[in-house]
Amino acid sequence: MSDPFGRPPETTDLPDPAVQLMTEEPEAMGPPATDLPDFSGPLTPSGHLRRRQLISRLAEVGQTTAALLAVAVLGIVVYSVAERGASVLSLGFLTKDPPLLAGSAGGGIAPAIVGTAVIMALATAIAMPIGILTALYLTEFAGRWSGRAFRLILDLLNGLPTIVVGLFVFGLLVVGHHQSGFAGSFALAIIMLPLIARATQEVLLLVPVGLREAADALGVSHWRTVRGVVLPTARGGILTATVLAVARGAGETAPLILLSSIFANTVSANPFGQALPNIPVYIFTASESAEANGFSRAWGAAFVLLVFILLASIVGRTLSRRSTLSR
Amino acid sequence: MSGSTRLAGTLPGNAASRVRTADRIGDRLLHGLCMLAALLAVLALGAIAYKVVDGASPAISRFGLGFLTHSTWKPNPPFEVFGAAALVYGTAVTSFVALLLSVPLAISIALYLSMVAPRRVRSVIGPLVEMLAAIPSVILGFWGILVFGPFLQAHLEPFLHSVLGFLPIFGATPTTGSGLFNASLILTIMVVPIIASISRDLFLSVPRELQEGAAALGATRWEVVRGVVLPSSASGVAAAACLGLGRALGEAIAVTQVIGAGNLIHASLFQTGDTLASRIADQFQGATTRLQIASLFYLGLILLVIGLLANIAAQWIGRRFDVTVAAQ
Repeated sequence: MSDPFGRPPETTDLPDPAVQLMTEEPEAMGPPATDLPDFSGPLTPSGHLRRRQLISRLAEVGQTTAALLAVAVLGIVVYSVAERGASVLSLGFLTKDPPLLAGSAGGGIAPAIVGTAVIMALATAIAMPIGILTALYLTEFAGRWSGRAFRLILDLLNGLPTIVVGLFVFGLLVVGHHQSGFAGSFALAIIMLPLIARATQEVLLLVPVGLREAADALGVSHWRTVRGVVLPTARGGILTATVLAVARGAGETAPLILLSSIFANTVSANPFGQALPNIPVYIFTASESAEANGFSRAWGAAFVLLVFILLASIVGRTLSRRSTLSR
Repeated sequence: MSGSTRLAGTLPGNAASRVRTADRIGDRLLHGLCMLAALLAVLALGAIAYKVVDGASPAISRFGLGFLTHSTWKPNPPFEVFGAAALVYGTAVTSFVALLLSVPLAISIALYLSMVAPRRVRSVIGPLVEMLAAIPSVILGFWGILVFGPFLQAHLEPFLHSVLGFLPIFGATPTTGSGLFNASLILTIMVVPIIASISRDLFLSVPRELQEGAAALGATRWEVVRGVVLPSSASGVAAAACLGLGRALGEAIAVTQVIGAGNLIHASLFQTGDTLASRIADQFQGATTRLQIASLFYLGLILLVIGLLANIAAQWIGRRFDVTVAAQ
């Protein structure tokens, strides 16, 4: 078609493979090198090559479609929740108790919001120090073999079905006692621990060796180096790890179904008493009972939870981009 | 930064020795605390296994391994017979279908993000795909019942039934939108971002020279992918798929919401079912008898074992072929 030399078309199908190669080369590498003399004919692919390029194009189109599909699903889910949830949302929704009868309209989800906040705060307070210390152990003290073993354990812990963690805590804290917000926090802490530990470990590995060596050369003891050099340098990354773990834990429902699901719908901030109301269980319960008014409150609750989680993961991501240490 | 750390040697004798003692204690304390924390993680895993076996023991001694092969589930006191066959089937089918759909999708997305998309598009779509993994399962399940289920019921299921109805898996007339099919698709949505983000990192780590070498020999972009990128990262992708499988097997909440809680083994995906995890989430609150709770713990034990196996497989495949699993 676009023969730069205006050659007659009969030279098109030369069987010489070398010529084939020459016509292929520019196609794969970018714009054709027009300043070279070309003896072969038109620079348009034909026959076999055209088929190969078509396949390549089709594959690219398929890959693009798959990516767009994933983004579309995200968009549809977020839009569905936002559309139905935003109409319910009001100041009263965030500050009122739910109505006594699940089927009646109005009311809010204040107890669930407070409960989730308390449960998450307690879970973070448990998981964060242990996670950071575990990460420190992996980077500062563990040998080759033991480091590997501990990492494996953390990865296995991370891969456990969360409902199994719920069963464990049920057997540990609830059997013979009663459900409590603390039991929920404990389970969430187990779920968040490997996330915080592994992500923190990655950041600690990025602390420049030079800083450590400088501290060593000054005769600074190990623990002072950790406290004064390693942890402050990695602070941003540790914060990111924690925020992302909180985002993951806040939506975790399965353990809470077993551990903090039978609750009175009034605001309570005492995790050690009875079960604490919380947003995930609230949505789950509403979704299992077919009440239109319950559904609309659940959409509102889902909207609140989703906004929190998406914001947390965006904040986590931006933090990690800004902190110089993480990639 | 290290303003608080003073050089021990420059201090007068008494103070210096005090600092040295403090340092020695501090070092020991830090080492001890860190080790304790790391051991806690090990302890947690061990305790989880112990407690779950412990909770399941009445059911284990009552039903033994036969629990896995019969499918009667009658929790009411005169019967009290429990069997997990239908649940194992439901778990296997939903996870299998989810993996079947999500592996090609996720690989395609990863290829798009690592090779096709321009840099700027990449930095937008990549985080969006990962954000899909951040949506809590309870919200996805809620959406699955109220939005996605009706859509499936009205459009996709009748279509598949009329076109591919001769296949047993699409054989039944679609009824409610809840069922194995819906559960599989929701699981697909949850698994795709996991496999995609690991695979993308793997594809990005395939040496540039290999790809350019292939391109220089005249390979098209797809041929570079098929001949160089995929073979050199195949084991890592397989490990990622194992991790995704582990996630799909263990997902309780979203599946409970959309699977419709049936206890029969159906060939058709359009019918209801239940999985190991969803049965626990569904019945635990209402469980009354000791044997029922023990049976639910038994389900948890099965989940624990297959979940661990999937994760160990992922580690093993990833390590054996010397590809770093970039995810965790």
